[in-house]
Amino acid sequence: MRRRYAVASAMVGALALIALAGCTTDPNVAAPSDDAGTTEEAVEWFDQELYDKQYAERSVVPEGPEGQPWLQYINAEMTDTSAYAGTGAKKACFANASISNPWRQTGWITMNQQLQVLQEAGVISEMETRDAQDSDDTQIADIDYFINEGNCDIFIISPNSTAAMTPAVERACDTGKPVVVFDRGVQTDCPVTFIHPIGGFAWGIDTAEFLIEELEPGSKVVALRILPGVDVLEQRWAAAEKLFSENDIEAVDYFTGADPAEIKKIISDELAKGDVDGVWMDAGDGAVAAIEAFEDAGVDYPVMTGEDEMSFLRKWKETGLTGLAPVYSNFQWRTPLLAAQKIFAGEEIPKEWVLPQSPITAEEVDQYLEANDGMPDGHYAKFGGEDLPGYPQVWQDRVIP
Amino acid sequence: MSAATTGQPTAGQRLAGFGRMLVSPRGAVFLLLIVLLVAIALLNPSFAEPSQFIRFVQRVAPVAIVAIGQYFVIVGGEFDLSMGSVVTAQVVIAGNLIGQDEAKSLPVLAFMLVFGAFIGLINGLIVTLLKVPSFIATLGMMLALLGATLYWTGGAATGNPADGFREIGRGGIRGLPVIEILPWSVVVLAVVLLVAIWFARRPFGRTIIALGDNPTTARYSGTRNWWVKTSTFIISSLSATVAGVLLVGYAGVHPSVGRGYEFTAITAVVLGGVVLGGGRGWVVAAAAGAFALEALFTLLNFAGVPSTYRDAVQGAIIIIAVAYAATTVRARRKGRALEAPTIPPTPSPEPAPQTSPAPAEEQDAAASARPAPIPSTQRADNETKGGS
Amino acid sequence: MSAATATSARRGRRRRLDASLIVGIALVGVIIIGAILVASVGRNFFSAGNIRDILTGMSVLGFVAIGQTLVILCASLDLSVPYVVSLSSLIAADMMAGDPANIPVAVLAVLVVAALIGLANGLIVTKLKVNGFIATLGTGLIIKGYLDTNYKGTSGEVPWEFQLIGATGIGPVPVSTLIMLAVALAGAFFLARTRTGNHMFAVGGDEQVARLSGIRTARPVIVAHMLCSITAAFAGLLLASRLGVGSPTVGTQGGYDLLSIAAVVLGGTLLMGGRGSIWGTIGGVAIFAVVDNVMSVMQVNPFLKDVVRGIVIVAAVAVYTSRSLDRRRPRFGSGAAEPERPGDQDAAPPAVAHEKEASA
Repeated sequence: MRRRYAVASAMVGALALIALAGCTTDPNVAAPSDDAGTTEEAVEWFDQELYDKQYAERSVVPEGPEGQPWLQYINAEMTDTSAYAGTGAKKACFANASISNPWRQTGWITMNQQLQVLQEAGVISEMETRDAQDSDDTQIADIDYFINEGNCDIFIISPNSTAAMTPAVERACDTGKPVVVFDRGVQTDCPVTFIHPIGGFAWGIDTAEFLIEELEPGSKVVALRILPGVDVLEQRWAAAEKLFSENDIEAVDYFTGADPAEIKKIISDELAKGDVDGVWMDAGDGAVAAIEAFEDAGVDYPVMTGEDEMSFLRKWKETGLTGLAPVYSNFQWRTPLLAAQKIFAGEEIPKEWVLPQSPITAEEVDQYLEANDGMPDGHYAKFGGEDLPGYPQVWQDRVIP
Repeated sequence: MSAATTGQPTAGQRLAGFGRMLVSPRGAVFLLLIVLLVAIALLNPSFAEPSQFIRFVQRVAPVAIVAIGQYFVIVGGEFDLSMGSVVTAQVVIAGNLIGQDEAKSLPVLAFMLVFGAFIGLINGLIVTLLKVPSFIATLGMMLALLGATLYWTGGAATGNPADGFREIGRGGIRGLPVIEILPWSVVVLAVVLLVAIWFARRPFGRTIIALGDNPTTARYSGTRNWWVKTSTFIISSLSATVAGVLLVGYAGVHPSVGRGYEFTAITAVVLGGVVLGGGRGWVVAAAAGAFALEALFTLLNFAGVPSTYRDAVQGAIIIIAVAYAATTVRARRKGRALEAPTIPPTPSPEPAPQTSPAPAEEQDAAASARPAPIPSTQRADNETKGGS
Repeated sequence: MSAATATSARRGRRRRLDASLIVGIALVGVIIIGAILVASVGRNFFSAGNIRDILTGMSVLGFVAIGQTLVILCASLDLSVPYVVSLSSLIAADMMAGDPANIPVAVLAVLVVAALIGLANGLIVTKLKVNGFIATLGTGLIIKGYLDTNYKGTSGEVPWEFQLIGATGIGPVPVSTLIMLAVALAGAFFLARTRTGNHMFAVGGDEQVARLSGIRTARPVIVAHMLCSITAAFAGLLLASRLGVGSPTVGTQGGYDLLSIAAVVLGGTLLMGGRGSIWGTIGGVAIFAVVDNVMSVMQVNPFLKDVVRGIVIVAAVAVYTSRSLDRRRPRFGSGAAEPERPGDQDAAPPAVAHEKEASA
C-alpha cells in the first residue's frame, strides 16, 4: 500500500516537473514572439518578393560564355572593380562553412582544381582555407583571424548562416580588400559580389510543379527534409508547400537528417498508413533508401524529385520511375575564384551573380549518367569540372584536399 | 527477471512470474512496450497484421542488437560511445570493399568482424590499462573513427555493396504463411539475443555483472578485471558490426548511417531498467528497451505528431519511464538502503551465485564477493558511475 | 562535522593544486609543440591575432565547462547544455530586439530561465532518482523540441552595445575571456569557501557517506545543475553577442555537451565525481583551443581534425590518470571504483608527463 502511494506520488511529481520544464520557458519567450509574428510553419520563410523574382529568373536565358554555366549570369547589374585591379599573384583567404555533406565535398574538390589552374596562370599565389565545421562561432573567429593574421588580398566566404555571419563579413569589408560571398548570402551589400544559383524557391517551384503535373489532385506526397532552420533548405520547402496546398496535394513533411535508415522507416510507416503517390526531397541525399522502401513494401514507385546526386540518377535510370532531378548548381564552387581573377584584372562583374539553375529531366538523364561514368555515388552530375586538370581521376578518387 | 533465470519453473509459475514482472519496476519496459504497441495498433490496425509487425521487428533489429552490445558494457560499469561510429565505419567498409563483386562478401565480412573486434580491443585496453574513463576513451574513438572513415572515403562512399550482401539486411525467407516474409534481420536478432542470454547466464557473464557491481570485491575474488572489461568492449563493437551489416542492407551506404546510435542504445538500455554504473540489469530488458524506443518513434509517426515536437515527447517519456522504475525501487527499499547490501532483496539472480549452477571455480570467485571484507558500494539505484 | 569539513577542504585544495599543475604542464607542452608547428608554416603563434583566436575559442566552451565541472563533481552529467545555450541566445536576442535599454531585462530573463531549467534537471536527478545522463538527455530533447517548433532559423537582434562584449578586447585579450575567467574565479571560490561547494565534493565522492555525515545530499546536486545551466546561459549570451542574433542551432553546432565533458575530464576532474577543480577544467579548455588553433593554421583536413581531437582527448587523459589518479586513496570509504596500484606510488617527475604528452 505504502509502495503504491509512493509510486503514485512520484509519478505525479514527475508529470508536474515535466510540465514545469515546459511552462517555465514559455512566458519569457512569448514576449519576443510578438514581434516575430506568428509561429505558423513555413510562413516566416516564405517571401513573396523573392519567390516572384526567382520564379521569373527560371525562364531567363543567362548571359555569358556558351557552355560555361559557371561564368553565366542572370539579370545582372554589373559593378566596377577597377579599384581592386593589380598585377602579380595574389593571396586568397577562404572561410568555408564546412565540407560535411557530399554536395559541399564535390564542390570543394572542384574549387581546388580551379585553384590549380589559376595558380599556374599566376593569378593567385595561394589560397589559405579555414573550415568552420558547421559552426557560426568558429566561422566568425576564422574571418577575424584572416583579417588580423592572414595578409589576404581577397576574402572568399561561404557563410554558415546568413544573419549571424553579417557582422564578420562587414569587418572583412572594412579592410578595404575585395570580399566575395557565395552559396548562402549575408544581410549586407558590402561584398563586391554575391554568387549563388537562382535559389531555394526556384527549386521548390520546379519540383512542386513537376509533382502537381504528374499527380492527380488529392494525391499524397511525403516530403523528406534534412533539417530545420537552414534558409536554403527552408526556402525550397516554403515554395513547394505553398504550391502543394494551392493545388490540392496533401503533403506531410519529416526531418530525416539525411540518414537513409531514418528515411526508410518514415516511408515504410507512411506506406503502412496508406498510399503514397509522390516523394519530394529538399536534397537528394538518401533518395535511394526512399525508393527501396517502396520496393520492399512491394508497391508501385512514386513520382519523385531527388537531386543531381549520382546515387539518385543511377537508381532513377535503373527503376525507370517518373522523376525529376532538381539542381542546386554545384559548379558555383568554381565561380568565386574566377570572380577573383576578374576582380584583380579590374573587369566588371555582376554585383549579384545569379548562376543558372535548371533541373535534369528524364530526357537528359542518360547524357549525365554517361558524362559522369565511374564517379562515386556522392558525386553531383552538374559539378562543372570537365575542363579542369585532373578530370575525371580527382573526382573519382574523391580525395578531399 | 525471475522468470527467465531461476532454474526451470513450471509453465504456471512462469506465467505468474511474467505477470509479476510486468508490474514490477524492472518489468516497466515490457509494460511500456505493450502499451505503445497497442496504441500503434489502435491508431493503425494494419500494424497488428503479422506481415506488418515482422517488418517492424526487422527495422528494430539493428538498434536492438546495438543495445544488446551496449548492455554488456553498461552492466560492467562502463559506457561505449563509439558504437555509432563503428556502425558507420562498417557500413562504409562494406560499401567500398565489396563494391559490386559478390565474391568478396565473405572475406570482407570476416575482415569487418576482425576490425570490429580490434576496435573493441583498443577501447578496452585504453580503459583497463591506461585507466582512461570509458566515457572519454570511447568519445575519443567516436571522433577519431568517424573522422578517419570520412577522410578515407572523401565524405561519401563509392556506392552500395553488391545486392547479395545487402540481402542480409533487406531480404528474408519469402512465401511463408501468416508473416509472408521472415527477414534475415529478425533471424539474426533472434540468434544474437539467444547468444546474449546464454552468455549472460554463463559464469563469464556473471563475472561482468559482479565487476560492474563492485570492482574491488570482484578483484579480490580473483577476477581478471582487465580481460573481463576488455571483452565487454569487444562484444559491443562486434554487435555494432553486426548492426552495420544489417543496416547496409536495410538502408544502404551513407556516412550518416549509425549516427546517434550510441545515445539511442544507451537510452534503450536504461529504459530496460539497466543501471548506469553497472551491476544490475537484464539483457532481454535492454533489447525490449530498444523495441520500446522504436515503437515510440513509430507511434509518433502514426499519431501525426508534428515533426518538430517529436524530440520533446521522446524526452518527456524517457524521463518518466526511468523515473517510474527508479522511484518505485527506491520506495520499496526505503529504510533498508543503508543496512542492506547492494544485492536487491528480490530473488535477483546475478549476484547470487549460491543458487546458480555455476562451475566450481567461478562459483568460488563470485561467492567470495559477498563476505568480502570490503562492503559493497552503496548506491542509489540510478547513479552514474563514469568509469574505472 | 565542521572539523571534518575543514580537513577535507584542505586536502581537497592540495589535490586540486596538484591536478591543475599536471594540466598546466600538459598545456605548456601543447603550446610549445603548437608554436613549433605554427612556426614551421611561417606563422607566429604568439602574435596578437593568434592569441586572440585561441582565447576567443576558449570563452564559450570555458563557460559551459565551468558549470559542467560542478555537475560532474557531484557525480552527475549535463547533456542539455547545447540546447540551453541555443535557447539563451534566442531569448536574449529576441528580448533585446536591437534596443540597448532592454539589455538588463533580457540578461535577467535568460538567467532566470536557465536557472529554472537547471532546477528541473536537479530535481529530476535528486528527487526522481533518474541519473544525470538520462535526465539531461531528456530535458535537452524537450528544449530541442521547443526550439524546433518555435524558431525558424536565426531570430532577434542584438544591439551594438551588447555586441561589443564579443567584439572588443584589451590588447589581444577579448573581454569575453576576462568575463569567463572571472566566472571561473567565482566558481573556484564557491567550491573552496562555501559550505555547498564543499558538500559537492562530499556528495560526489560518496553520497551515502555524505548523507551519514549529515549532509543534505540533494541540495548540492540541485545547485550544481542550476549553476551549470546558468553558465551555459552565459555562453549563450556571449554567442548572441558575437552573432548579433539568436540561433536555435548554435549550441549543437559547437558540440558543447560532449566537448565540455571531455574538457572537464581533461582538466583532471573525476568523471565519477568527488575530485576535481575549476582551474584544471580551464586548462583542459585551453588545450582544446590551442590544438584547434594549430590545426586551423596548418590547414589540416577537417576530417583529420576530428581524428586528432579524438587522439588528443584520450592521450591527454591517459597521461593524467597514469600519473596522478592511482596513487591516491579513494576519498570516502570504498566508494571509488578504481583500485590502488601500489607499485605506482611515486609521483612522476613533471618532465616525464611532459614527454608523454609530446609524443602524443
